[in-house]
Amino acid sequence: MNRRLAFLGPYLLLLPSILFLLVFFAWPMVQALLLAFQTPEGAFALGPVQQMAGDVAFKDALRNTILLVLLIVPLQATLALIMALLIQAGLRGSGLFLYTWTIPLGISDLAAGIVWLSIFTERGYLNSFLHDVGLIQRPIPILSYENPQGLFLAVVVAETWRATAIVMVILVAGLQMIPRDYVEAAEVFGAGLWQRIRYVILPLLRPSLQVALILRTILAFQVFAVVIALAGRVMPVLAGEAYFWYGSYRNANVAAAYAVLILFVSIANTVLYLRALRTREEEVAL
Amino acid sequence: MRWIGSWRHSGRVLAYGLALLFSTWVLFPIYLIAVSALSPREAIYQWPKALFPAVFSLDTLTFFLGSHGILGATINSIWVALITLVLSLVIGAPAGYALARFVFPGRDTFKILILTTRAFPIVILSIPLAVTFIQWGLYDTLLGVALVHTALALPITILVTNSIFLSVPRDLEEAALTLGCSPQQAFLRVALPLALPGLAAAAIFTFVLSWNEVFAATILTLRSRTLPAHVLTVLNESPLPFRFAGGFFLIAPALVFIFIIRRYLLNMWGRVVK
Repeated sequence: MNRRLAFLGPYLLLLPSILFLLVFFAWPMVQALLLAFQTPEGAFALGPVQQMAGDVAFKDALRNTILLVLLIVPLQATLALIMALLIQAGLRGSGLFLYTWTIPLGISDLAAGIVWLSIFTERGYLNSFLHDVGLIQRPIPILSYENPQGLFLAVVVAETWRATAIVMVILVAGLQMIPRDYVEAAEVFGAGLWQRIRYVILPLLRPSLQVALILRTILAFQVFAVVIALAGRVMPVLAGEAYFWYGSYRNANVAAAYAVLILFVSIANTVLYLRALRTREEEVAL
Repeated sequence: MRWIGSWRHSGRVLAYGLALLFSTWVLFPIYLIAVSALSPREAIYQWPKALFPAVFSLDTLTFFLGSHGILGATINSIWVALITLVLSLVIGAPAGYALARFVFPGRDTFKILILTTRAFPIVILSIPLAVTFIQWGLYDTLLGVALVHTALALPITILVTNSIFLSVPRDLEEAALTLGCSPQQAFLRVALPLALPGLAAAAIFTFVLSWNEVFAATILTLRSRTLPAHVLTVLNESPLPFRFAGGFFLIAPALVFIFIIRRYLLNMWGRVVK
């Protein structure tokens, strides 16, 4: 009896989280699919998906979201990599630098949007600065519906500011797992700094880089509150449309269609990253 | 730790320059929103705006805090975050402990499944959940929001508590067992106290996660708004001083919490990757 209990022990400890994730993670995914392919009365239909695809904002939302991901994620990966290498470079005060750079981990997307609103708004800090250095006389409208590039860039800057920290933290942790001997050996054999980074550190960092990219890309596909704070509804994005279809139009079916779309794009993206990782490993094995 | 290898002098100067540049990039916008929130309302509309404020005033912040619904939403946020951290620790920590202490069939599968959940946009799932919650009577309740936040935090809690219990030496628990403790006593008197600082950091991390989450909180509530949900829904009809004070008020507690758990952040995320 006692032995059987000991055997069951770990499973009993896992049971609550498995049940919880089944109800609040697995089931909503099924429910999202059901809703997206149903009429409000519950019959199977392609209506919600067609309604989503036919909506005026749909194309813009899809394009904006994909462009944001394509621009933000590589930018963040590059910045985060430089930051992580600096942290590990043995600078004096690197603990303080690390703490400073992780501060945005505690800042929400909504708050980040508001922070950059105070900078980019018409009488904001950027225009005031440009005035002080004599470049402009009167404020130029940066966040205006007539200036889609300005809106887009503002969102890119705010998202880069807020969410580079998570990539950096993952990369710093990854760097710490690389044995120092490897780098030192490379140095003994005459590899310069760039060669050590390119041929020793980056290949060994690849797993962490993959995890960071997967996580960050999934979060980037859900970009929402930053856009609302900076652009209102002028710049549609996928998660924002899901929010408006549910919150303003009370249409759970079309909102669910957007949710399913984000879900599929995220999964496809993860598979893509994992594929890229696998081929690389085979290259290394060869 | 001279990790990257040896430096030339110019490289060192460049490295410090870059590090200071990144620090300014992170800190300066926070300074600016603090200045905005702590200036009188007229100063916010002033042109051109001063980078260094002439007058300090709590006028804008008190205007924000006194606005309709802010106090209630703040209390809601605190409740949701507290329920979330209790739920995710109560549900997640046992799983983390099991992963750290037992070898059993299915252990790796479970770990991979937990990691995989992080590859899904969980927040977006609040849309189908809203429909379910209406049927269950959980729609527009604080518990409903906390449940989604728990789903968001749970994978992280499991992986983090796993790494915390891994760092508590098993020998100590076994020593307690040989000295006559029951397994429960050994856990409560030896493993738990040693794991407590890490667990507290995980709890704070969960609190911040919930305090900051806006999408699910907005979808799942109508009147029981959390603070970010309330600020978001009134944002674009609100005057600038309201928005800036709101942004600052949302950031301030998170900054304090991140400061408290700064030493654990790296460890938590580092282990999460593995």
